[in-house]
Parts: sequence; structure tokens; C-alpha cells
Amino acid sequence: MRLAFILGEIGSGLRRNLSMVVSVVLVTFISLTFVGAAALTQMQITQMKGFWYDKVEVAIFLCGEDYGSQTCADGAVTDSQRSAIKDMLDSAAVKPYVDGYEYESQDQALRHFREQFKNSPIVDTVTADQLPESFRVKMVDPEKYDVINELFSSMKGVDTVIDQRELLEKVFSIMNIASLVAVGIAVVMIFCAVLLVATTIRLSAFSRRRETGIMRLVGASKVVIQLPFVLEGVIAALIGAVLASGTLWAVVRYLIQGKLAVEYPDTAFIATGEVLLVAPGLLVLGVVLAGVSSVLTLRRYLKV
Amino acid sequence: MIRFEHVTKVYDQKSRPALDDIDVEIDRGDFAFLVGASGSGKSTFIRLVLREDQASRGSVHVAGQNVARIPGWRVPRMRRGIGVVFQDFRLLPNKDVFSNVAFAMQVIGKSRASIRSTVPEVLKTVGLQGKEKRMPNELSGGEQQRVAIARAIVNQPGILLADEPTGNLDPATSVGIMNILDKINQNGTTVVMATHDNDIVNSMRRRVIELDEGKLVRDERAGEYTAMIPIINRDGSRELRAANPQDQAIAPFDSEEDEA
Repeated sequence: MRLAFILGEIGSGLRRNLSMVVSVVLVTFISLTFVGAAALTQMQITQMKGFWYDKVEVAIFLCGEDYGSQTCADGAVTDSQRSAIKDMLDSAAVKPYVDGYEYESQDQALRHFREQFKNSPIVDTVTADQLPESFRVKMVDPEKYDVINELFSSMKGVDTVIDQRELLEKVFSIMNIASLVAVGIAVVMIFCAVLLVATTIRLSAFSRRRETGIMRLVGASKVVIQLPFVLEGVIAALIGAVLASGTLWAVVRYLIQGKLAVEYPDTAFIATGEVLLVAPGLLVLGVVLAGVSSVLTLRRYLKV
Repeated sequence: MIRFEHVTKVYDQKSRPALDDIDVEIDRGDFAFLVGASGSGKSTFIRLVLREDQASRGSVHVAGQNVARIPGWRVPRMRRGIGVVFQDFRLLPNKDVFSNVAFAMQVIGKSRASIRSTVPEVLKTVGLQGKEKRMPNELSGGEQQRVAIARAIVNQPGILLADEPTGNLDPATSVGIMNILDKINQNGTTVVMATHDNDIVNSMRRRVIELDEGKLVRDERAGEYTAMIPIINRDGSRELRAANPQDQAIAPFDSEEDEA
């Protein structure tokens, strides 16, 4: 009986305050979508790190004709310089850090370049001697890039040593900033949601003050009086959280999995599985925020 | 059933106390009128019994319990033993008669079956059989008050507090309400009724507790009450004067203690 009664009270409360409840649903929906988007971006970064860090190499570019750097002052790299670099890579000092390396000649570089930019008109104008030859070094531990850099960058015939990881870091830092912005917006929106829940509960408590007054007089317990209000806020927030989870799922399913992952098959993307990890967190967050703010509001505006 | 031990209630330190050293006991099964002018402390008395407020000094005992000692979460349980009726009825306008009475049972978790059997019975007690489906705005004032009384007693409280229950009703309708309260009292419920309706007090001949500016000035077993006395001055002009306890028309014959 009591359960049916409380459910009835919640239903009438939701109906009476429909416009406020809808706004709570929408604000929670948007704020939790931002929270979820930030979480998913972080997951995407982790995913890409794991994927790319296995593939990235340290590239030791060798000198060509008329390269500007100091070590290239003598012109293009000579055979002896090249073998000195090769010996260095095989030496006992370097060996422990290196998983393996490959030599890429100018012709091979051109082939790779053409593969990479096959859609770009620039391909036709580039010739093999414009591209530097290089050693592609695969590190045992990509973090130990400095060792290689120190040993090779000052050698004769070496133009520059480049850690491809740095290029990726740029991408990751952009994504990080994006996710921070999302978190920032989420914080503001959550603040809005909390205040809105508080206002809604206040209105609801005010519009039902007759009922609660009588409940008090006939000795209804605090739980019976307050629970309908708390649940009203919680249900609205829960609907918002479900919408947010659904939206994130749809974005990942149709935009990322359905489009990006198809267009860029050699990149790791998050899948709907990640959304299923984030969604329970969003639901809990929505419920807790609404629950706490409505309990605090009731403590002030509903005497029991 | 209700015992006030030297109860003082101060709302505001600067003004006089709302209740000043009240010492009174209302026994189980009593029917007591609480009379006095506006501001004499009748409503404060009722609020203290309900533990809406707590006494500043002294102790209030309801059904053998010192209400100050009841922890907050037990207060609802204590209030289930007290029914309350107000001057303004306080019905829920969007519920019909049956639902208004049933509401009091629903919120304390009574079963559907017991609601279905108890509510018509109580409506019969207050003389509202056949009007279960009416909405409050379709009822007369007297009928609305009957619904309020039904709601107050539907959970069989040991005490019924009535704060000016006839204040909004005409004398004829008031008689009907008083008969219901009397019937409830005869069934063993302690009734405390705050009022300043002379006619009702005088015709009921029940216990009268009179408050004046927060002080208990009279407590008679079967008292009367006169709120105002017409005075004819020497120059022939007439005026109404608020009555003193000494002005009561009939000498008390069953007073418990001597009043000044």
C-alpha cells in the first residue's frame, strides 16, 4: 500500500511540475553527455596510445645534399658515415634499447611517401633525391628516446633524430584539451542541474504543502513524506542520464564505428563497449547529484 | 492523558510568554474546552501537545510520555495517537471525501483492505454516508468539517484536538459538529477543544480550562464561559466588556481547585 501510495505521489508530482521536470531532464542530459564525452575522449587517447606506441619508431634522418644542419656541413652522407651509424646501432651500448631497425633508402622513402599521400597532387612533384634516407629504429622502450638522440644527433652524416611519438603527443594534447573543455562545460552544466533540481523540488514541495502538512499531522514518517520528492528529482535525473548514455552510444556506434573506423581502418577507435563502461558511471552520477541536492533542499523547505 | 507540568513557552524573549507556568492534567476520556481570548495561548497549548513546538520550561506529557524525550524519528508515531481538527478544515481539494479520509490511512501504510472497511464506517460515524464521491467544494462547511473530523479519527487516536472547529460554522451546524465530538468522546477518546463560542461551552457543561495572556485562570469540572458582558454605564451608554473569570454567570459547583 505504502509503495503504491508513494508511486502515486511521485506520478502526480511529475505531472504537476512537468515543465520543470523536463528542464531537469534536459540539463542533466546535456551535462552528463559532456561528462561522458570527456571520459570517452580520454579512453580514445589511451586506446590510440596503446595502438600507436607499438608502431612508432625513432627516425634517424641522414644528410642529403645541401642540408642546413651542422652535422651535414660536408654534404650528403657517405658510405663510411652510413656504416658507422649502422655499427653504432649494433654496438653493445645501443643494442639493449633497440628492438630492431631498418634502413630506408631514398627510393623506399619515395615509395612510402607516395603511399601516404596518394590522394594529394604533391606526389607527382616529389622526387627520390628530395627525400632523406633514414634508419627506422624500433625501441624496446619508447620512453628511452633521449639515449638514441644523444648518441646519434651529433654524428657526422646524421641530419636529425626524430621521435615520432612527439608528433602523436601533439595530437593527444589537442584531444586532452578538448576533453578538458568538455569537463569544464560539464562542471558548469552539472552545477545548473543541481540548482535546477533544488528549485524543482522546492516548487514541488510548495505546491504540495497541504498534503505534506496533513501527512505530518496524521503521523506519516519522514521517509513517506520526503521520498516522493527525492525520487521525483532522481527519476528526472535518471531519465537525463539514460538519454545521455543513449546519445553517446549512438555517436560511437554510428559516427565512430560506422564512419571513422571504416574510413581509417589503421587507427584504433573506441567502440560501443567503452560506452557501456561509461554509462553506469553517468547513471550513478546523475542519481547521486539529484538525490543529494533534493535531500538538502527538503531539509530546508519541508519541515517534518 | 495530557499533562502539563509548569510549562512555559517563550517565542520571543522580549514579549510576555505565550504560556506562563501552566500546570494542568487532562485525564483519559475527558472532554475539555480550552477557552480564552485570541492570543491567550490556546493554539500554543495545542502545538505543544502535538510537539510542533517544545516547551521552553517545564514538561509536557502525552499518553504517559514526556514529549521532549521522544526522539525526532519517533514523533510521527506519537502523532498517530492524536487526531487534529482545524477551523479551516484543511481538506485536500483534489480528492473526494473517501480519498481525503483514506489519505490519513495511506500515508501511515495501512492496507487497502483495512482502508476499504474502516473509511465507510468512520464516514457513517460523522453522518456522511453516501457522500463518499463528493469533492470538498461540493460540500457545505459543516460537511467539510465532518470530513476533517473523520480524517482525524480514522486511525483511532486516543486524543482528539480541535482548534476552533466551529469557528467557521453557523450555530445550527455547530450543534451537529458538537454532537459528533461528544459521540467520539463517549467512545473513549479524550477531546480537547479550543473555542470561544460561549453557547457551545455553556450548553455542553463540560470541563473548562480558561487561559488569559498565557496564564491558567480557571479550570472547572463543568464550567461555563462568557466572552463578553454588556455593561450599562451610569450615563446610560452601553458597551461590551471582555468578561473576567469571576463574571461567570453560574457559580462553579464542581471546581477542582479554588480560583482567585
